[in-house]
Amino acid sequence: MEYFQQQFIDLFGTEWGAMLYTLASNMTFIFAIVVPLLLGVAYLTFAERKIIAYMQIRVGPNRVTFFGIPWLRGWGQPIADAVKAIMKEIVIPTGANKFLFILAPVLTIMPALAAWAVIPFSPELVLADINAGLLYILAMTSMGIYGIIIAGWASNSKYAFLGAMRSAAQVVSYELAMGFALVCVLMMSQSLNLGDIVNGQQGSSLLNWYLIPLFPMFLVYLISGVAETNRAPFDVAEGESEIVAGFHVDYSGMAFTVFFLAEYSNMILVATLTSIMFLGGWLPPIDIMPFTLIPGFVWLLLKIAFVLFLFLWFRATFPRYRYDQIMRLGWKVFIPITLIWIVVLGGIMQLPETMRNTFPLNIWF
Amino acid sequence: MSFQDILFYIFSAILVAAALGVITMRNPVNSALLLVLSFVTCAGLWLLLEAEFLAITLVLVYVGAVMVLFLFVVMMLDINLDRLREGFWKWFPFGAMVALIMVAEMSLVLMGKYFGLEEMPAPMPHDADYSNTRELGRLIYTEYVYAFELAAVLLLVAMVAAIALTLRHREDKRPTDSSKQVKVKKEDRLRIVSISTIKKD
Repeated sequence: MEYFQQQFIDLFGTEWGAMLYTLASNMTFIFAIVVPLLLGVAYLTFAERKIIAYMQIRVGPNRVTFFGIPWLRGWGQPIADAVKAIMKEIVIPTGANKFLFILAPVLTIMPALAAWAVIPFSPELVLADINAGLLYILAMTSMGIYGIIIAGWASNSKYAFLGAMRSAAQVVSYELAMGFALVCVLMMSQSLNLGDIVNGQQGSSLLNWYLIPLFPMFLVYLISGVAETNRAPFDVAEGESEIVAGFHVDYSGMAFTVFFLAEYSNMILVATLTSIMFLGGWLPPIDIMPFTLIPGFVWLLLKIAFVLFLFLWFRATFPRYRYDQIMRLGWKVFIPITLIWIVVLGGIMQLPETMRNTFPLNIWF
Repeated sequence: MSFQDILFYIFSAILVAAALGVITMRNPVNSALLLVLSFVTCAGLWLLLEAEFLAITLVLVYVGAVMVLFLFVVMMLDINLDRLREGFWKWFPFGAMVALIMVAEMSLVLMGKYFGLEEMPAPMPHDADYSNTRELGRLIYTEYVYAFELAAVLLLVAMVAAIALTLRHREDKRPTDSSKQVKVKKEDRLRIVSISTIKKD
């Protein structure tokens, strides 16, 4: 690192060299996040098809391979899908607002990628270590809804518009429950910085993770996350039995693929946030020898993979919710639960010092 | 000119252009989207002033929630653009007068001797580990707690009033009880009968 910095300073002079070095290192970091993320999205679609296939006693994609290698059968599928999508024509419907029609997928993927800036991958590995990281994440994820609304409106189609309306109402409702669940996390960690939140869960074992004291909040956050990303069983925004494919029914080719990318990168984002807030981020489950040898980055990846598996499992298991039941779950079940838990948590935090130092409470408070 | 100054001028230019667009665009949906753009650039300006909590809250509350609902309503309106522009010149003198009074008031405040770069020097920039959010939270819950609680009560009253105004009891409605519906088991609805399918001779 310092070698490269010196090279830049030698090349461009003291003032410009330092600036250009910061720019170059940040750009490298951004690419190091975005490229694996997009590859992860591609192979998440493959994993989804394979896992759901095995759950339904099918085989799933098993044809496309690289260079004819037989044991890689199926692994070329996401690449082949991407190539197909790039080749296709983007059809713009009659009467559509052309500018907004093209802008909508861009507006969807932008916040899905921008939120990754504050995610800590290990104690040192974070692009932007800002104080208000949690707030930044909430702000970015709440902006993702614009792409959906604009797509629904600009398509000039009733089906697309109905899908957009459903989606907007659902996302705005579940954002509240999600935010309240995160308020509990920040009450425990007393910080909005994601790195500090993980450090607050440090201890001898997984008992210290916020998963245990905030278990109801973990469930609320996970389920709201599924609803927020419009995944099954909350995928009424694109309920194909009722409104064809929802807000992106008129999109084709690469424009559709960008929506797809955004949905899956949002899924990975929610899985990452769940791992960081409740499952101890980069911390190993037990702080003893064989587990501590594995780098923290790998632990984080394993936790993300586990939560993503839950997402796929939900999709294979549950039938789709009816719309009024979705709203009831968000407003009448989750929000009261989170509010009560905030009060309970605040009460525990106000207990006298001696009581907080007795056995089960002294692990977390 | 430092990098922050360049950023300030870029953000300001976008903000002014977007704000002008809000009032000149023919299509209300475009106006609403430009308003979103001006909120976001405004948040950028606040970030330059080290008010990161306010900036992110502006994006979270206004861009993420308020404008979404706003856009929602605007998109569902069946707007006739010609009728919207009707009576523009009739109301123009009145609007211009209100605008002039506002400009006069603002210049009275901003150009007075109590306001200006000499009176209000730029605050010292804080260290990187200074948490604006923590300081704000401390102030709200200690010194300004009554004002904060009053604002909260005001919002609660507004919410209750909005619900009370729109809630109607209708006689012809047949409400469904979702909690009853989700508790239904297979045994309650389904009866399995075994019928022999082979015809007996």
